[in-house]
Amino acid sequence: MHSSDRSSGLVLDTVTIRLDGVPLLEIDCRILPGEVLTIMGESGSGKSSLLDFIAGFLRPDFTAEGRVILNGRDLTSRSAQDRHIGLMFQSPLLFPHMSVLQNLMFALPATCKRRQDRQDLAERALADVGLAGFGSRDPATLSGGQQTRVALMRTLLAEPEALLLDEPFSSLDRTRREEVRQLVFDLARKKGLPVLLVSHDEEDARAADGEVHRLGNGEAGNGCRTE
Amino acid sequence: MATVLVTTLLAAPVLAGLAGTVLPAFGYLPVLGHEAFSGEPFRKLFSMPGLATSAALGFGTGLAASLISLAIVLLFTAGWAGTDTFRRLTRFLSPLLSVPHAAAAIGLAFLIAPSGFLARLASPWATGWTRPPDILIPGDPYGLAMTFGLVAKEVPFLFLMTLAALNRPHVQDYLKAGASLGYGRMATFFKIVLPQIYPLIRLPVLAVIAYATSVVDVAVILGPTTPQPLAPRLVGWMNDPDLSLRLMASAGALLQLLVSAGALLVYLLLEMLAGYGLRTRFANGRRHPRDVLARVLSLVPMLLIITAMSLSVAVLGVWSLAKSWWYPASLPQAWSLARMLDALKSGGPSLGATLAIACGAAIIATALTLWLLEARGNAGRRETGRLKALIFLPLLLPQIGFLFGLQMFFLLAGLSGTLTGVLLAHLIFVFPYAFLALSDPWNRLDPRYAKAARSIGASRARVFFRVQLPLLLRPVLVTFAVAAAVSTGQYLPTLMIGAGRVVTVTTESVALASGGNRQIAALYALLQLVVPLVGFTLAALVPALVFRNRAAMRLER
Repeated sequence: MHSSDRSSGLVLDTVTIRLDGVPLLEIDCRILPGEVLTIMGESGSGKSSLLDFIAGFLRPDFTAEGRVILNGRDLTSRSAQDRHIGLMFQSPLLFPHMSVLQNLMFALPATCKRRQDRQDLAERALADVGLAGFGSRDPATLSGGQQTRVALMRTLLAEPEALLLDEPFSSLDRTRREEVRQLVFDLARKKGLPVLLVSHDEEDARAADGEVHRLGNGEAGNGCRTE
Repeated sequence: MATVLVTTLLAAPVLAGLAGTVLPAFGYLPVLGHEAFSGEPFRKLFSMPGLATSAALGFGTGLAASLISLAIVLLFTAGWAGTDTFRRLTRFLSPLLSVPHAAAAIGLAFLIAPSGFLARLASPWATGWTRPPDILIPGDPYGLAMTFGLVAKEVPFLFLMTLAALNRPHVQDYLKAGASLGYGRMATFFKIVLPQIYPLIRLPVLAVIAYATSVVDVAVILGPTTPQPLAPRLVGWMNDPDLSLRLMASAGALLQLLVSAGALLVYLLLEMLAGYGLRTRFANGRRHPRDVLARVLSLVPMLLIITAMSLSVAVLGVWSLAKSWWYPASLPQAWSLARMLDALKSGGPSLGATLAIACGAAIIATALTLWLLEARGNAGRRETGRLKALIFLPLLLPQIGFLFGLQMFFLLAGLSGTLTGVLLAHLIFVFPYAFLALSDPWNRLDPRYAKAARSIGASRARVFFRVQLPLLLRPVLVTFAVAAAVSTGQYLPTLMIGAGRVVTVTTESVALASGGNRQIAALYALLQLVVPLVGFTLAALVPALVFRNRAAMRLER
């Protein structure tokens, strides 16, 4: 999976998304494991619908052509829960009725059965992002940066094979943003995950240090090719 | 000021009514010359034959109907929220909510009785029946038909309450988050979404339990007769020419309070267990991704309810136009419009009374709600959770528990048997629904509109009438329609306070339901639909006309 064999990575194979029949964006590219593709665009340029399409949530008023292929598996007709694609939103979206630790244990696969093991894994994940001992806290009492870090670990504990980031740093203040951003990219690289980042912050694109794809407002983009 | 006034307006009649029920229950009713406290009313009550069965029927049918309704709604929402199917069925369920209980019960009776539409469809070719078989439906001794009738009516209500709760911010994102972590739709709903929205649907569920365990009109039409459930028996005793039965009826009303409280307690216990069971499973990682079968199964009861309710209304329509319809023909042999027009003429006064009361109660309830919300918003208090619980109080008690006492006070005040009296009594039950319908849209309104208007010098009144009210025209009209529909559906308050002198299409159709003339009964049941239908049509049409050149006002749902 982590090797660079021909099928690994996230492939967007001649994807076109239309809103009520009008083409919104076109894209055709491949993101290798550990690499980041940044998609820049104004609001309304179809960034979010592209993420929705890849993750399996495209709204019915949109139509899409093309295929999504992840590590050789064609995901296009699979349901969202079978795609193994991790998603980070603009807000951390921790589940407010669970503790921080429960949020993480929620994401652990059920194949890890023993409660103690699950707890240990979740606590180790917390420690990995410098939040050791925060497990029993109410998510609402954490700062924005802390919440985003928990959300990141929640996404990763579910063992995704690719990562979609929907401006997850935009809610953070300037100093935190840099730090959290680096953490996300480092972990994704370490785990060899292809990452697709959607943003309108030039900083993000620079930090991602990868291909950048710009969408025009309302027009069809011209598509990138990364081979 | 507004808060105090409105809560007093609601709490005072409830408390006074309760007092007016408790005192006679212990033998104190000076108006009728009973001035000594005694346990006699209770002794008499407990000597009534079949009392335990009656109480058990009220408890069992009410609690079962509430639990089944909640399960149907939650499973359907879990399986389908956010899908096209969900949106399409929503459009069916909203109008069904406005069908008053009595009308729905009569329609169902005409549908499922041995002589009803379903049996006719299958006879004689499949069943061999050439005359209605001797089966006791509706009115089966276990109250199954009654339970079904209650479920059919409470499902749309609980569904719309759940739908409103799903309007909370981020619910769609939480659904996505669950799926992207590999969770199936239903698992996502129960583990992530439900724990967050349950507090919003809890009060409505409790109100449904209190209502269903003490319901009168549905019990009279679909319920067992030997013996009847407790609530309709109490009404019988209360209206008995033998005035001494009133003390016993009051004692019975206290028993009814206990029965409903017992059902509520059992529910709270089940809620605790379910909550515990769910919490221990939050973190176990079981994702249940293959839930297609469960989802399809969750759709079945919902479709059944929608079909049954739609067919019931259709059958009412057919019956009201039938001239002769002999068993087992599927459709009438002869149709007649003349009978319908005749009945319409004789039903005119009761329809007029219904309209007058419904409009009056709806205008007052909507105005009070607006006043209350505006005053609270102005005082910077937008949080409405505790207030909501207070306003819900009249819905969490069985109506019968305090209407008996209230009837006495209305009698003393000379309001018994007057339109005003009935309107005031309706207001107690209409206002909570008006508040429920309007408080969320009001709180969602961006407060910056008002600030912008104030900052350019508009007075508070001007802001309210020129900015807030027009922006909320649609929800305000919907609130008005909801209030009018709730008023139209009121049976017991009309019966008790109207004292037989104020007759609405609802009291009339319940009285006719047990009679032999199906045409007339169907027609009056249909007349009950007139007020909600007109109300909701206006609520949809007026904003569309007023804002025909305002794109942003159309986008807002």
